[in-house]
Amino acid sequence: MAEVKRIATRKSYGEALVEIGAVDKDVVVLDADLGGSTMTAMFKEKYPDRFFDCGIAEANMVGVAAGLAASGKKPFASTFAMFAAGRAFEQIRNSVGYPHLPVKICATHAGISVGEDGATHQCCEDIALMRAIPGMTIINPADDIEAKAAIKAIVDLDGPVYVRLGRLAVPVFNDEKTYHFELGKGITMREGNDITIVATGLMVYESLQAADLLEKEGIHARVIDIHTIKPIDEALLVKAAKETGLLVTVEEHSVVGGLGEAVSSVLCAQYPTKVVKLGIQDEFGISGPALELLDYYGLTAPHIAQKVKQALETK
Amino acid sequence: MEQSLEKQLKITAAKVRLGILEGVYHAKSGHPGGSLSAADIITYLYFREMRVDPQRPQWEDRDRFVLSKGHGAPALYAALALKGFFPMEEMKKLRHVGAMLQGHPDMKGTPGVDMSTGSLGQGISAACGIALAGKLSKKDFRVYAMLGDGELEEGQVWEAAMFASHKKLDNLCVIVDYNDLQISGHLHEVCSPEPITDKFAAFGFHVISINGHDFSQIEHALLEAKSVTGKPTAIIASTHKGQGVSFMQDNVGWHGVAPNSEQYHAAIKEIEQYLADLEG
Repeated sequence: MAEVKRIATRKSYGEALVEIGAVDKDVVVLDADLGGSTMTAMFKEKYPDRFFDCGIAEANMVGVAAGLAASGKKPFASTFAMFAAGRAFEQIRNSVGYPHLPVKICATHAGISVGEDGATHQCCEDIALMRAIPGMTIINPADDIEAKAAIKAIVDLDGPVYVRLGRLAVPVFNDEKTYHFELGKGITMREGNDITIVATGLMVYESLQAADLLEKEGIHARVIDIHTIKPIDEALLVKAAKETGLLVTVEEHSVVGGLGEAVSSVLCAQYPTKVVKLGIQDEFGISGPALELLDYYGLTAPHIAQKVKQALETK
Repeated sequence: MEQSLEKQLKITAAKVRLGILEGVYHAKSGHPGGSLSAADIITYLYFREMRVDPQRPQWEDRDRFVLSKGHGAPALYAALALKGFFPMEEMKKLRHVGAMLQGHPDMKGTPGVDMSTGSLGQGISAACGIALAGKLSKKDFRVYAMLGDGELEEGQVWEAAMFASHKKLDNLCVIVDYNDLQISGHLHEVCSPEPITDKFAAFGFHVISINGHDFSQIEHALLEAKSVTGKPTAIIASTHKGQGVSFMQDNVGWHGVAPNSEQYHAAIKEIEQYLADLEG
């Protein structure tokens, strides 16, 4: 296999903003002094009149975005996931979620792959927090192609949306020519009937690699990309549960309240099936290079393949 | 201000106060004290100042009012009802299951409410966003945000204040309902945000201090605010919590408690007598 191109989804976001900003003059972008990292600086450079740096004041930024949305603008508000979903949780809940305003919270530097900055900056709770808000759409793109498609798809979405983006440059594996983003619909990336691996974000690629490893051992794993965590594709999950009988979820997020619990919740109610949840196991992160941390927390293809095999032993 | 106009505003404000009492009494809960202190300013805004149309609550060019101190909702609701946004009858259903009027303002469910508020400190940020949208769209509407004085203890207020002056939001007018009481007592007994005027001035606002129960002063302050360019205005309006009901006035106990039947009827009687005297 040729060397894959690696692009951080935050960069995809910045590029997508520039694209949509060109055609839709109601698109405005807010940031909290992190534009160079969240990549909203790309939009600022092109459309300085529609870019607003709110300074290091995330609570206010979310409220300003709400006011803009209440007045017909299409605000994208960005900072690190920790300071959006974490620090400004209540502002997102009360000023954006409750009035169901079309604010796009695009949070970068999510998950453990923030790396060296360590636990204070590694937000592994954002999906859990955002899932609990009624009417919130949550999208966690897997690569550059999916991230750009997702950003374009939410411009006119009627209601709040949280997009989870990463710092780390990750492999681009979707094909731009054939990729189609449909909000709320999971994508079966690979067929297989022995087990289903349900992944989100940068764990989709790792899971596909894990499926390759498993294939060599005669295990046919299905791999599903859940880019929209809320509303989640219930039908696709139930179908997988019926056809493969066992699921492993993989997320670069706490196993508390994230993808794993979202999947479990669907299956508990509709087709009780065992779900093994891989992710951050209810603990804080540590400093270290991102790739080493992913390995440390068991979120790389060899670890995932190993866990799948262990899970299969219980089937 | 002409006497006839002042008299008319006093009559309207008294009717707003009746609405407040009716609402919290039937709800058996709510915040009469801070609703009554805000009643005169809200009355002036809706009946004299703001460009609004009850037939078109979503009118793009309307002036906006954000009740950042969302617990003062009964005052806003009573003013909106009197203005014709919805029937006054709704006041009796305030805070009831299935009612239109929620405990705190809900922009989705109540015509005339421009922003959902209730969690202190958040409304002023939304008001900044609305003002910014006005600037971007080159609209001439104005945005009024009413804050409680206790609310100034929320850090987000000062994040918003910084933003408003940095972005030169001269279409934004913040009004502080300065009744010097919060749930636990006087501001200085809790965790004082004083000096309030100096703080807003330091944050880049044009600051005007007035008596928030004097319609002539309210009028002049709002006129002055409109003439200010390049910076937002903060009107620090000294008020009395519970204004208009003698036994509630300046009494912290009436922050978040509804009157019982006896108290309700005594309060109504007092305001009706005041109205009768006014109307002669």
